[in-house]
Amino acid sequence: MNFPEHELHFFQRFGLTGRLIERCLGEALSAGGDFADLYFESIASTSISVDESLVKSASQGVSAGCGIRVCSGDRTGYAYTDDLSADRLMRAARTAALIADGPSRQQVAGFRETPKASLYPISAADADAGIAPKLELVMRADRAARAYDPRIVQVRAGFNDEMRHILIAASDGTFAHDTQPLARLNCYVIARDGSKSSRGGSGGGGRVEINFFEGDKSPEHFALEAARQAILQLNAVPAPAGDMEVVLGPGWPGVLLHEAVGHGLEADFNRKKTSAFAGLIGQQVASAKVTVVDNGTMPSRRGSLNVDDEGSPTQETVLIENGILKGYLSDKLSARLMGMADTGNGRRESYQHIPMPRMTNTYMLSGEDSPEDIVRSVKRGLYAVNFGGGQVDITSGKFVFSASEAYLIEDGKITAPVRDATLIGNGPEALKYVSMVGNDLALDEGIGTCGKDGQSVPVGVGMPTIKLDRMTVGGTAR
Amino acid sequence: MSTATPIPAAENTINMQQLAADVVERALRAGATEAEVVIREGDEFSTVVRLGQVETLKESGARGIGLRVFLGSSGAYRTANTSTSDFSEGGLAHLVSGAIDLARVTSQDPFAGLPEPNAMGRLTGELGLYYDDVYSLPTAERIEYARRAEAAALSADPRLTKSDGGSFDAATGHKVMANSRGFAGEYRRSYCSLSAMPIAETEKGGMQRDYWFSSARTLAKLDSPESIGAEAARRTLRRLNGRRVSTQQVPIVFAPEIARSLIGNIFEAANGDSIYRGASFWNNQLGQKVASENVTVIDDGTLPGLFGTAPFDGEGLPTRRTVIVENGVLKNYLLNTYTGRKLNMPSTGNASRGLAGTPGIGGGNLFLEKGSVSPQQLLAGVKAGFYITELMGFGVNMVTGDYSRGAAGLWIENGELTFAVEEVTIAGNLKEMLNNVTAIADDLEFRGAVASPTLRIDGMTIAGE
Repeated sequence: MNFPEHELHFFQRFGLTGRLIERCLGEALSAGGDFADLYFESIASTSISVDESLVKSASQGVSAGCGIRVCSGDRTGYAYTDDLSADRLMRAARTAALIADGPSRQQVAGFRETPKASLYPISAADADAGIAPKLELVMRADRAARAYDPRIVQVRAGFNDEMRHILIAASDGTFAHDTQPLARLNCYVIARDGSKSSRGGSGGGGRVEINFFEGDKSPEHFALEAARQAILQLNAVPAPAGDMEVVLGPGWPGVLLHEAVGHGLEADFNRKKTSAFAGLIGQQVASAKVTVVDNGTMPSRRGSLNVDDEGSPTQETVLIENGILKGYLSDKLSARLMGMADTGNGRRESYQHIPMPRMTNTYMLSGEDSPEDIVRSVKRGLYAVNFGGGQVDITSGKFVFSASEAYLIEDGKITAPVRDATLIGNGPEALKYVSMVGNDLALDEGIGTCGKDGQSVPVGVGMPTIKLDRMTVGGTAR
Repeated sequence: MSTATPIPAAENTINMQQLAADVVERALRAGATEAEVVIREGDEFSTVVRLGQVETLKESGARGIGLRVFLGSSGAYRTANTSTSDFSEGGLAHLVSGAIDLARVTSQDPFAGLPEPNAMGRLTGELGLYYDDVYSLPTAERIEYARRAEAAALSADPRLTKSDGGSFDAATGHKVMANSRGFAGEYRRSYCSLSAMPIAETEKGGMQRDYWFSSARTLAKLDSPESIGAEAARRTLRRLNGRRVSTQQVPIVFAPEIARSLIGNIFEAANGDSIYRGASFWNNQLGQKVASENVTVIDDGTLPGLFGTAPFDGEGLPTRRTVIVENGVLKNYLLNTYTGRKLNMPSTGNASRGLAGTPGIGGGNLFLEKGSVSPQQLLAGVKAGFYITELMGFGVNMVTGDYSRGAAGLWIENGELTFAVEEVTIAGNLKEMLNNVTAIADDLEFRGAVASPTLRIDGMTIAGE
């Protein structure tokens, strides 16, 4: 194909040419690899924060580089460089090539540009856009949190945004490029009342521009949420300990799905049969009320991508349908080795990292129960609406996630707030206990970051209100 | 497999000390009152061998430069920072102008600024941080290391049927720092590690994985692939056939590699950044009893050859030894220059600094002093209890001390380790937990920058069936 050289960031800014891309791919396959790709990335980021009502500092960063990958069977060679000169790119290609050991393969004839959606705004301004409006956002958050209650004694609010340009060219003919904005506003507070202290935190954003924060998701929205949580926690009682009925609220509690089933359904673990879900396709892994999807195509969402980091279009993938395990999330390597379709879930933290199957936005579809009925049905249990992070052991299936805002349910009524507690379960079993699914699906506010093998990527989660008939709550009260 | 030559990050090695000094100078010319520059470059190699075959081979290097500027006058500085991987003339010009422009919009902060000149300096003498032997092996031999570690694990028992591989990693880093108050320093560090992660399966199909590793600054100090593989196998096999236990309170014994995380919690509690914000449960506790009398926790960035050692901290202060808790009494917080000024105390040389952002608080080598009993003697004192070999999740609230985490390990009966336990949580409050450390063993070993011997805590709740 003819590269639109004057339209593409890397051609313009770094002097990349179509000829150089072809030479690098040729060099990458010079030792007989059967697939090679180049991943160019350039990121400009800014961050500004207010702390003790002062703008104590502001940061700006720029990084650029290229990662070159060569696959030979199930083996991967990888090298990267932060110097995009022809000489250094060719040397990185030569290093990655050494994974293979054979005669040079012929290179592909032509590139096809991946057709792509436009799920998010692409401003020409990069992250160099004025700092003043960002500063105003964090100052507003600070003022709103402090005004909420005199017991709010510390406020930190931060705004981070980045513009990430990527270009991918692969020996299978893939040619794709994208410009990906990402912005997030956070507010963390400390409340004190006599000898009691507590914390609260909130934040959100997505692949959005700054005007997103002028609507519902204003600095005041996040600040008041953080302040509300902290004040509430001042009077929290010890969380209960042991197995009980658990109701999870809508939105961010969907982190349950991310940990309990999402990671276990990433194709690499299933290809290697190291996941507790390996071999369970077609089997019941959840109650019939449960349908879970991963969807990278939702406009403006934190986990969304026009193309993944291998240049494949993203899609909506059904993972669990009416309780039956339907599919895995794959990248090119696992798709090829497992003889399955690539679901467009190949992602990486940066040009310094090898791509692997990752989630995008993972959520459970709405059911038919009203949230009020769900709570009313519980005699004694826990109602958890906000969570910190979670973690899963893919192989044993055991997962945890930590509630930061939860309440006791007593005789069908939500009563006292409880202190932080971790919930634990077994991935292939936990969702079999889902007995009610609400009609109130919500996605999180846009705050999630997922870690796997030392690589962090932005993700989204979502869920309606659900009831689990049994889950282990890690409190201290009997 | 052919042999690769490592690609040095900076091929035409520029004089990084000179570059750092030049950028400081440029920032001052552009209007900064004070400036600080950090340059880092590093190379990495890693390989994973799975089921005897190379799965990944990665080799590369990268570098970056970070600038922090202060505008205005001392006592009312405005500050901002920038970073870039672009060392071209245009890249450096943007680095400097960006920092100045950003700093103009920040607030005057009476506590901001570089350290006082008389506080800056660096340790002299051999710290044993850099050995070029980590890159001395040809690629084929590195792969062979990883292969042997995995093979040793998988051959230990027929129940070890799968694998997440054996891996060998090597890395070197070079850090250069300069500031407008006359500090100039640099150091290199090397690192290598070898690990194995086997998976064991029961006839019923339950799978468990665990791992073991060795890491060192020189190849010469790395454990043998065979010993790593054998230990990884032992740790994985003992997790098989795990079951839940009922909700109850029993003594909890933390294995050394898990007890480390509690020492990490102590670091967070003593972190000056949390202290001045009132975000730690140790706020205003200096001089108070915060732990059992047998608890002494030390941070020491000066110990030769260890992973938390450096000649100077992220602001150019010499690293030092700081007693955080002595016989249960809170003696010191860990501070950088800013948090020290906020609390009206001198910095403890614990500034940490990446390329981007303002300096935070970082530990040197952080450890709990060992006790006098062996781990076996410690266990012998437990009639019924839970020996923890894995913790999961992030359920620690440093403001309240509330602690609730997923746990797996072995049940203790009459002083002996018996069946595997999984899918339970342990919970308590760190303030009480640290005052209930009823025994500390003598098995302190530095496998990373944070280390702890085996320890026992009473009064925690297990949540299970």
